[in-house]
Amino acid sequence: MNIAAATNESLAEISNYLIYSAMAVYTLAFGAHIAEWVFGSRSKVARTAAALSGKGEKESGDAAAPAVKVREGGSTSVLERPKVVVRSSAGRRGDLPDGPGAAGGDEQGDLYGRIAVSLTTLAFLLHVAGVLARALSVQRAPWGNMYEFSTAFSMVAVGGYLGFLVAKKNVRWIGLPLVTTVLLDLGLAVTVLYTESDQLVPALHSYWLWIHVSLAICCGALFYLGFVATVLYLFRDRYEVKLMDGGKPGGFATSVLERLPSSTSLDKFAYRINAAVFPVWTFTIVAGAIWAGDAWGRYWGWDPKEVWSFITWVAYACYLHARATAGWKGRKAAYLALLAFACFLFNYYGVNIIFNGKHSYGGV
Amino acid sequence: MRTTSTDSGDSGASGHGGGDAADTAGDETRLAREAASQLDQLDEQSQRSTLSTAPGEDRLNVPSMSALGWARWIWRQLTSMRVALILLFLLSLAAIPGSVIPQTDVDSVKVEEFKQKHDVISPVYEKLQLFDVYTSVWFSAIYILLFVSLAGCIVPRTWQFVGQLRGRPPRAPRRLHRMPAYTTWHTGAEPDAVLGRASKLLGKRRFRVQRDGDAVASEKGYLREAGNLVFHVALIVLLLAFAAGQLWKSEGGKLIIQGDGFSNTLTQYDDFKSGSLFDTSDLDSFGFTLDRFHATYEESGPEKGTARDFRADVSYWKGADGKERQSTIEVNHPLEAGDTKVYLNGNGYAPVVSVKDGEGRTAYRGPVPFLPQDGNLTSSGVVKVTDYRNAKGFKDQLGFQGFFVPTFGGSGSGSMFSQSPSLKYPVLFLTAYHGELGYESVYQLDTEPMKQFKGKDGRPLAKKILPGESMKLPDGKASLKFEGVRKWAQFQIVHQVGNGWALGGAIAAIAGLAGSLFVQRRRVWVRAVAGPDGRTVVEMAGLGRSESARLPEELGDLAFALQSDAPPVHEDDATDAAPDAAEDADAAGAGETEKTEDADGTGTGGADQSPAPEVPPSRAPTPPGKTTQDSPQDGAEASPRGERQ
Ligand code: HEM
Repeated sequence: MNIAAATNESLAEISNYLIYSAMAVYTLAFGAHIAEWVFGSRSKVARTAAALSGKGEKESGDAAAPAVKVREGGSTSVLERPKVVVRSSAGRRGDLPDGPGAAGGDEQGDLYGRIAVSLTTLAFLLHVAGVLARALSVQRAPWGNMYEFSTAFSMVAVGGYLGFLVAKKNVRWIGLPLVTTVLLDLGLAVTVLYTESDQLVPALHSYWLWIHVSLAICCGALFYLGFVATVLYLFRDRYEVKLMDGGKPGGFATSVLERLPSSTSLDKFAYRINAAVFPVWTFTIVAGAIWAGDAWGRYWGWDPKEVWSFITWVAYACYLHARATAGWKGRKAAYLALLAFACFLFNYYGVNIIFNGKHSYGGV
Repeated sequence: MRTTSTDSGDSGASGHGGGDAADTAGDETRLAREAASQLDQLDEQSQRSTLSTAPGEDRLNVPSMSALGWARWIWRQLTSMRVALILLFLLSLAAIPGSVIPQTDVDSVKVEEFKQKHDVISPVYEKLQLFDVYTSVWFSAIYILLFVSLAGCIVPRTWQFVGQLRGRPPRAPRRLHRMPAYTTWHTGAEPDAVLGRASKLLGKRRFRVQRDGDAVASEKGYLREAGNLVFHVALIVLLLAFAAGQLWKSEGGKLIIQGDGFSNTLTQYDDFKSGSLFDTSDLDSFGFTLDRFHATYEESGPEKGTARDFRADVSYWKGADGKERQSTIEVNHPLEAGDTKVYLNGNGYAPVVSVKDGEGRTAYRGPVPFLPQDGNLTSSGVVKVTDYRNAKGFKDQLGFQGFFVPTFGGSGSGSMFSQSPSLKYPVLFLTAYHGELGYESVYQLDTEPMKQFKGKDGRPLAKKILPGESMKLPDGKASLKFEGVRKWAQFQIVHQVGNGWALGGAIAAIAGLAGSLFVQRRRVWVRAVAGPDGRTVVEMAGLGRSESARLPEELGDLAFALQSDAPPVHEDDATDAAPDAAEDADAAGAGETEKTEDADGTGTGGADQSPAPEVPPSRAPTPPGKTTQDSPQDGAEASPRGERQ
């Protein structure tokens, strides 16, 4: 028993070291991303304006988004053999090309971008190892308190991002905001939220812990990616509208926003993530209700955590409806998406800290 | 709705005409409208059937008409997407106060505390039903309206969907190249043979296929709409199940000392509450005995004393003369009997005491449950002796009040608090009263009407006793002996109906959602006509509900599969390689198509005959394997509106 406890303690310590190392490497990745953006700002491609004025020459293949391209906008894609013409009906703006990415086609910027991605991958591996070591040290699912939620949460967010990269999706633009928040999240986790590795209270002893909590963490992490896309969409949309109205956005805004994907792409990306995660989130709540039924004798009891899960769920349903309702799609729907994510975050952190319901095992 | 209700003819009451409705439901509508505008006049009917059955939006053009008209108008508003959206939003807003303000249903003790602390605002809250948010009039109003809206939305959409299933896939638009995904090639195969093959191919891929003149129309992905309907219906099931669960619910607590039992009748409960439609005859017939209770606690480390595991071994019976069986009840594993579940939700110690009265006769003997006050099970409790005679033989009553600790810190520690929840050094601290016992709970002693026994020094009598020791009272032979300790466990017995329905509804909702969000409804058309050079021009086009990258991919796959039966004629590639030439070829191709249709007598002729100004240079043909690049002009040309959505 004592020997086991000692191993567990040393494992927990190893886990902490791994998390700290991951943070160090994320910090380097952050620096590399900054360099990518800075070098990228040297290029002055005003392709959006050009596309809008119709005078733009054909872009040579996007540096950041090569090959596959069945984007909209009258572009032609070559699928295996037959050629399929893809035509957008999204109006003039639907045809705006995606930006070239943070590196803006600048070679040095691109190099830094690649370094950033490599570093993020390395940090991610350390991060995973840290979470695994924690799991081994407590011999249970490593998400029993807020410290563990937070580390798992950012791990999944980075995992999702890397997954999209591997699937050759055009997502490198998420890199900087993601690494920034991961650092913030881990920083909070190791300082404010830190909890010694330990066992769970009996109410948490259940295989539903694996299902319900891990799903909640995954949903949150993916919703977060959707959230980033939505925020960027709002900026990029404003930028495009301004251009279209003949305005001239500021230099900094132009430099940054020009390199992002078009508002249509961002919006679509956010929608796809939110729509795909929504059924999983629904399942997460149902799984939680089943667990609550087993543990507390009622599957739904309006505990603060339950209330906020419900609010989050309804808010996302609202968003999905808004996208299908005249006068609500576009920016208004995007605001709803932001609101929905804010509810999610509040449920995640706020409820554990502020209220004390049955879910208050947060351990802060 | 758009498809079905436009012809209803009450133009006064609704803005449901095509124009209004068309700018409503999502990308796909606009897409469909765009596509529709490309269709022949004769295709009017089919273009109206968009790929969505989402209800249209009525403009808020307030009608000036009869009561019936008003009712209809209100109904239309209520069942519109916009109002559904607003109600959903209100629902989430309305749920918030319930998480901030304590709720009677969740924790009535907290509500009382809150009321005492905030005596000014509490009456206002009470008026506003803020202590019962989820059963309040306003919260109920929102969700009832929402569900009425939902029902009013589902029914017409279901009819419409059934209609779509019954009908045929809409006919091929005349100018296929205006569809969101398009491909074309020339082949040596006969048009008829190509179309026959195409029908087979599409059929095999589970498209619904309709051969129609020189084209094949097909549609797939009805699961989307079906899933959406299933989802919304499942929400109603879920709500009804939840409501039934609340109305017929009963819930009560029972503390059972190890060795004792319980049978499920109202009188056996310590406390009991039930929903408004509950009837005591609904109580399931069962009972159980607590044979043993196990608890393990963390023995070391910073969380020393934290519970690790609780388990109750029980023998239970079900039904009228059910056999006795063994089982265990754990924190996440209730005992089930019919619609009833028995949960373990607490535990503690019951010191066993025996009390002798002033005459030396045993007046009371048994275990007395003490209630835990902290994590280490420092417990407080009361021993009441109703049948007592004092030293003079007069009737009297006794009350002992005090603490029990399972692990005493030692006399040197100066603490009366338990050091661990495990039973290691049990100690009982008591003081004693005599006089009239009130009728309050068994865990409380109203000392007001009673007199405390005093020691020789005149100070209140108080004593620390270990098992086997006694506490003598200054009243003849009277004493209390601490004989031992038994464990007790607290159970919550919950009767709830509709759980199965709720679970079924939830599962159906998720399945429906998955279908509705992951499946795309799309149409594919194939047209094959003889070209002027004697070869067959094959055109394929796809239209999806939303612009998904998968649609062109699928179209490409289909075209590729079809090409094995209608191989492209290769000489054309030379021409196709040059975009400009290709444009001409394409425009020419389109022209030909139209001509053929005209020959069929289906075309409108006239304006459509001059495609040059508006047919875009689609630039389709590029040699295989070469990626074509964006051409901004293309897009701009395709939709000159430049609108904001
Ligand atoms: C009880 C509350 C409701 C919830 C939680 C809810 C939830 C949802 C969700 C999550 C979707 C997305 C699925 C999809 O896009 O296919 C959806 C779609 C839809 N809902 Fe609801 N809904 C509710 C009430 C209503 C009501 C009252 C109406 C009728 C006015 C309605 C009409 C629709 C329609 C037409 C769609 C399809 C939108 C599209 O074409 O994408 N819903 N709903």
